Amino acid sequence: MSKKPSATADKKVASAPKAADFTQAPVNAALTAAQKIELYRLMVRIRRFEERSLRAYQGKNPAGGTNIGGFLHLYIGQEAVAVGCCSLMGKDDHVITAYRDHGHAIAVGMDTKPLMAELYGKITGCSKGKGGSMHYFAPDKNFWGGHGIVGGQIPLGTGLAYALKYQGKQGAAMAFMGDGAVNQGAVHEAYNLAALWNLPVVFVIENNGYSMGTSQERSSAGELAKRAEGYNMAWGQCNGHDVFEVRAMMDKHLKLAREQSRPSTVEIDTYRYRGHSVADPDNTYRTKAEIEEYRNTKDPIQVCLNQLLASRVLTAATADQIDAEARAEAEVAAEFADASPYPTPDDIQKDVYWESDHPAERKSEGRLFFD
Amino acid sequence: MPQITYREAIRHALAEELTRDPNVVVMGEEVAQFNGAYKVTEGLLAKFGPQRIVDTPISEAGFIGMGVGASMLGIRPVMELMFWSFYSVAFDQILNNAANVRYMSGGQINCPIVIRGPANGGTNVGATHSHTPENVLANHPGVKVVVPSTAYDAKGLLKSAIRDNDPVFFLENTILYGDKGEVPEAEYVIPLGKADVKRTGSDLTIVTYGRCVIHSLKAAEVLEKEHDISVEIVDLRTIRPLDIDTVLASVKKTNRVLIVEEQKPFASVGTQLAYMIQREAFDDLDGPIHRLCTIDAPAIYSPPVETEQLPNPARVIKAVLAAMA
Repeated sequence: MSKKPSATADKKVASAPKAADFTQAPVNAALTAAQKIELYRLMVRIRRFEERSLRAYQGKNPAGGTNIGGFLHLYIGQEAVAVGCCSLMGKDDHVITAYRDHGHAIAVGMDTKPLMAELYGKITGCSKGKGGSMHYFAPDKNFWGGHGIVGGQIPLGTGLAYALKYQGKQGAAMAFMGDGAVNQGAVHEAYNLAALWNLPVVFVIENNGYSMGTSQERSSAGELAKRAEGYNMAWGQCNGHDVFEVRAMMDKHLKLAREQSRPSTVEIDTYRYRGHSVADPDNTYRTKAEIEEYRNTKDPIQVCLNQLLASRVLTAATADQIDAEARAEAEVAAEFADASPYPTPDDIQKDVYWESDHPAERKSEGRLFFD
Repeated sequence: MPQITYREAIRHALAEELTRDPNVVVMGEEVAQFNGAYKVTEGLLAKFGPQRIVDTPISEAGFIGMGVGASMLGIRPVMELMFWSFYSVAFDQILNNAANVRYMSGGQINCPIVIRGPANGGTNVGATHSHTPENVLANHPGVKVVVPSTAYDAKGLLKSAIRDNDPVFFLENTILYGDKGEVPEAEYVIPLGKADVKRTGSDLTIVTYGRCVIHSLKAAEVLEKEHDISVEIVDLRTIRPLDIDTVLASVKKTNRVLIVEEQKPFASVGTQLAYMIQREAFDDLDGPIHRLCTIDAPAIYSPPVETEQLPNPARVIKAVLAAMA
């Protein structure tokens, strides 16, 4: 597999998207119009969900308290990465990511009502209110979270691939991380295991330029995905603002994993418009001008819209309707979350042990919990 | 009944479970080709092949995390830590991922992993290789912790651990590996969370586990012969889930307690036991709960001095006499 160096545009310098037309790559040319619209719609739905969750975080509930506590790491600006990657999933492909997981959750098909309810800490949340923003999971959709410790999910991703190979499945695991995770030791251990044992995993680095407030230049020696060479692992790099470019790049790497059981690392250059999390005042490490530049020239939703309008797959009217529906959906999700009950104190000790949740099948004896 | 070693008992348990369930995979450093750093897995590679017995590179966070991830898809990895001391290298994977993934997902996932290996001092390997982290592990809801003292217990408990759908941490002892005991050839399992009275007595209850059970049994012989003191020894076998009822029944009978543990004192397993016993059996106690533990310093290297840092039969005798005074 040849490595693909790419002249990634400096995030600080404005540049128009490249003229290359990735819609013609075979994996994209095979898409129907409806499928292309669905890619667009997914990105819009993610954007509106994220914006609505931010408003919920900043607002108050009817009782005067907060709706959402703790962390909220928004995916706004990065939508094409999750949508592009997850749209390629086959029935035996699996996904795991870090805490900026709302986009992946929606991209694999989770219903936004339980996603919002989870942010609100309600029992109707997708993790019964026990996980929160960073811990969305959907095993039935091959989505394994949602993880809070930077890089901690990457050995788990190698494990998903290990299981797929052991079970003789022709699937691949996609293990996502940010540019801040690439220096964690556990990530290197996971790379080595995957490369040593030829495990079908694609490590996806969503490089949005900053790990919290620390730029790539201040964090990482050398290039990020290129480190894979040290492990004899294939790697690639591409822009993340064009969903069709993401698909074109990832298709090759997923095939490498599924068909040859070989791992690779893909660095996808993207950008977040909001701070690291809602607590980040976002005024210490980058300029408003830089954010505006990206938003004006590389917004993944706008880029896709332009492509679909130009190729007459979409009309402006349909695009407006998609947007209105996405906003309405996010509103319904917030209403659902608001109206849902919280877990009770009796729920605190459920979902800790498989055995205590299945008392009829429990084989152990003795006390599992203490006070 | 055949007598086999603690080491062989563990090996037999692994072999039986590998045969029974094709999802069981043994992995760790030197477990395959080297036949195990402590020969526990000797012969398993020849019998089961490299798909089932897997040599890992030295990367505890990597392979333990990999095992946790694989278990989410139905693999049942039995991962060896060459020393349980190395758990700290994989702390995040063990105690943030394995312990919490079920909870954080609202019960959608379970991680049926086993991590096993020796956790002990007494072999002059120094402060970084002599840890006994059962207290640290047991502090985390979501995990189970087992510390067998005999070959019979080791085999039955390891089989249960491998069949368990929750993460189970199995702490062995290099010094016990050579101990022989009667182990039936027919298949048996011992449930987790069930203590075993290893010696009945009437004057004082020693609550203990692991190698300290063996020390306590030796001390009990001397106490009986030379001091006319009858000691009952309750071997916890499992730390979490905890069979506190067997402990309390013994306390009710003898009215005196000595906890013997190879643990540094602060927030040890014994600390939790003492709280529970005084809370639930206060009126059964004729005196304060005593404890004999490791002397509070990093594990010393100097061989004869390390023996004095850890519990040993002579120290147990002294401690019982003090508790009876």
